[in-house]
Amino acid sequence: MNNNTFKTAFFDSLPVMAGYIVLGAAFGILLYDKGYSFIWAFIMSLTIYAGSMQFVAVNLLAGGASLISCAVMTLLVNARHILYGLSMIEKYRGMGKVKPYLIFSLTDETYALVCRGNPQNTDKKKYYFYISILNQSYWILGSVLGALLGSAISFNTAGIDFAMTALFVVIFIEQLYSKSNIFPAITGIACSVICLLIFKSQNFLIPSMLSIIAVLCIYGIITGEAASKNE
Amino acid sequence: MNNILNDVFVIAVVSVVTIFTRAIPFILFPGDRKIPKPIIFLSKVLPCSVMGMLIIYCLKDVSVISAPYGIPEFISIAVVVGLYLWKKNTLLSILTGTVCYMLLIQFVFI
Repeated sequence: MNNNTFKTAFFDSLPVMAGYIVLGAAFGILLYDKGYSFIWAFIMSLTIYAGSMQFVAVNLLAGGASLISCAVMTLLVNARHILYGLSMIEKYRGMGKVKPYLIFSLTDETYALVCRGNPQNTDKKKYYFYISILNQSYWILGSVLGALLGSAISFNTAGIDFAMTALFVVIFIEQLYSKSNIFPAITGIACSVICLLIFKSQNFLIPSMLSIIAVLCIYGIITGEAASKNE
Repeated sequence: MNNILNDVFVIAVVSVVTIFTRAIPFILFPGDRKIPKPIIFLSKVLPCSVMGMLIIYCLKDVSVISAPYGIPEFISIAVVVGLYLWKKNTLLSILTGTVCYMLLIQFVFI
């Protein structure tokens, strides 16, 4: 059964393998471009392990951002993980010793796999653990390979950071398939553009986030979806 | 040396805050505690808004009033969206869009 669980987890994780190795490599190349060797890629993928945030972190490192703005930025970019956690509370109950690691490694892609539950004939605890650790290994492998390739690649890598924009655009479109996301999507774009025009590119993130939360709260109250009373 | 220390701090902060965002639901709602409705609502709608905000963040330094007027970004995003709607393949969209952007800024809009 042990072997079977691993095999199932491995096959289920194959799409993530493809994605993580390519995206991880893009991250590694970008990091190398900014003057950081593969050791940095390894450390970041091991300790941060958050795809989009690591791309943002490259800018934070290279741009000399203050630690406070790093913390705020991380909070904003990764706030969506709170949602993943909320919906995994039940499934991750009774996971024992591996639970802290399962929580640590709950990335978008890992969430996409584990939120479906474990397949029949697999051990729940082991399945979740194998999925989580396999995914992180792909990510680490990709980012280290990218940073190593970065030094060997002779072509001009200018513009490779567009991979991050593209990633966000794709996730955004995916979310738009759900009708209930249309208003939040417009809110996100509109508030950010308005704040960008008012506060300029250095300082617009925090006002953007605050105005987005404010608009969504008002929207929630009007539509009754955020009412604190239970129906 | 100073720089390395600063980089280590940045990575540590990003790591700790990331762990915080992943762990907070499990810390706040252990066992059978009920999750308040406003929080469920925000956690449902916020991810999409944040993605929109991040797209703007990526484009924050693009100028639409001076050459090349954000045209490479516009074309490449159109490629990403179009390809995704057509093939529904995340990786293919990202790869093609990125290559398109690199070619545009390196060879077309120099």
